[in-house]
Amino acid sequence: FPGLADVSISQDIPVEGEITVPVGSHSPDEDFSTLDEPVKDTIMRDLKAVGKKFVHVMYPRKSSALLRDWDLWGPLVLCVSLALMLQGGSADSKDDGGPQFAEVFVIIWFGAVVITLNSKLLGGTISFFQSLCVLGYCVLPLTVAMLVCRLVLLAGAGTVSFIIRLIVVGAMFGWSTLASTAFLADSQPPNRKALVVYPIFLFYFVISWMILTFTPQ
Amino acid sequence: MATADDLKFQEFDDAANLLAANPDATTISIDEPAEIPKNQHSRLQEPGREEDDELLGTDDSDKTELLAGQKKSAPFWTFEYYQTFFDVDTYQVLDRIKGSVFPVPGKNFVRLYIRSNPDLYGPFWICATLVFTIAVSGNLSNFFIHLGKPTYHYVPEFRKVSIAATTIYAYAWLVPLALWGFLMWRNSKVMNIVSYSFLEIVCVYGYSLFIYIPTAILWIIPQKVVRWVLVVFSLCLSGSVLVMTFWPAVRDDNRRVAVATVATVLLLHALLAVGCLAYFFDAPELDIPAPIIPAHNGTTVITKSH
Repeated sequence: FPGLADVSISQDIPVEGEITVPVGSHSPDEDFSTLDEPVKDTIMRDLKAVGKKFVHVMYPRKSSALLRDWDLWGPLVLCVSLALMLQGGSADSKDDGGPQFAEVFVIIWFGAVVITLNSKLLGGTISFFQSLCVLGYCVLPLTVAMLVCRLVLLAGAGTVSFIIRLIVVGAMFGWSTLASTAFLADSQPPNRKALVVYPIFLFYFVISWMILTFTPQ
Repeated sequence: MATADDLKFQEFDDAANLLAANPDATTISIDEPAEIPKNQHSRLQEPGREEDDELLGTDDSDKTELLAGQKKSAPFWTFEYYQTFFDVDTYQVLDRIKGSVFPVPGKNFVRLYIRSNPDLYGPFWICATLVFTIAVSGNLSNFFIHLGKPTYHYVPEFRKVSIAATTIYAYAWLVPLALWGFLMWRNSKVMNIVSYSFLEIVCVYGYSLFIYIPTAILWIIPQKVVRWVLVVFSLCLSGSVLVMTFWPAVRDDNRRVAVATVATVLLLHALLAVGCLAYFFDAPELDIPAPIIPAHNGTTVITKSH
């Protein structure tokens, strides 16, 4: 090989380096195994994500956390706590009282699914689970209202307490509807926004009605 | 030399008007490959009547198939198929609601507002709203009626929501199914000029239920007279929409069958209103003059303790 006559590998210069390919640990969607970390870390990570979304709901502004990184833990926790707090009221044997646990669950989840389907059928671009996530998280103000109502009812059940409860539930209903509309409205076709917002209004109205008519026994 | 007018672009009239002017003109209808069965069925059974239909301009299923383009051509197991039933804008839904509440005499709701674009948004959400309105109003009305009584304990009566939902959704979907089946059966025996698809009938029924929403809210007023006036009023409005829609479809039939059909439609509609009023709203009680009762109690107590 004439061209390589002057090429010589010197024995003095050591050749060194790494053969392994570095794992891409700089991207947000890390691929490292979570099996080795302590359980506390795993739980705290998810709890922090849920907590961050709660904050975003209470102060609604454009946030990608609720939409892009959706999760259904928050809606589940809210739904279960709301359904539990609605128990223990007028539950006599005639069964003519308030909603049962299963009824609250079904109304919230089935209602959210129907609204999501409705917005997708009308041409919305949001994904199914993102919409479920937003609708579930926006039940948070109403859960807070339920808590306040139960505390007020501990003090008494007269007209004054009713007026306080009415104001609180009304305000939280407005907050829920506005928060979910703020998150969902952008993904709808512009001349059908009212068609999409109305079912959301009806959904939160029904939940508010269940909260307002709760009477302890 | 052509005049300036000949060279100007002219709007072409409606197909129906053109044909009315020139009845012998040949018409071509371009069939789409994947049609929904109802159009095929109606085309198969009335081959010689298509010209008559286009003359009268009342059966525009062919014309609007052409004009509407690629409507409803997706197979029924895809999501796009169901999206075609939600192809309405806000102003269209509001127009249809307006048309169901203010019936225009002589105009057909289906022809005027639906025009072969039946939607499922209106029927579904009007029924949902009606269910919750009736349940909530009934609860409120009972609360106000029994307010002063010492033995009354308020209950939210949540059971009634499921009952209301079953009743109203059954009415809004099963009655149109029965009516559509009946009309199809009569169509096979008697030549009817006007025929409706199942979804159009569902649409008419759904939108005609809208008037009951404000009626249910006003039923909170605990006066018998007011409630019955409201029943009659709303029945007149929505009943007239239904009658004006379905009369042309049975007009050519045997007179007794036609009258019986329209009467049944109205009767079922009235039954729904009266049934809801009777079940969800307690009867407002007669005004018992209050001063008499304590006096009676007072005398009874005194005599008993004596």
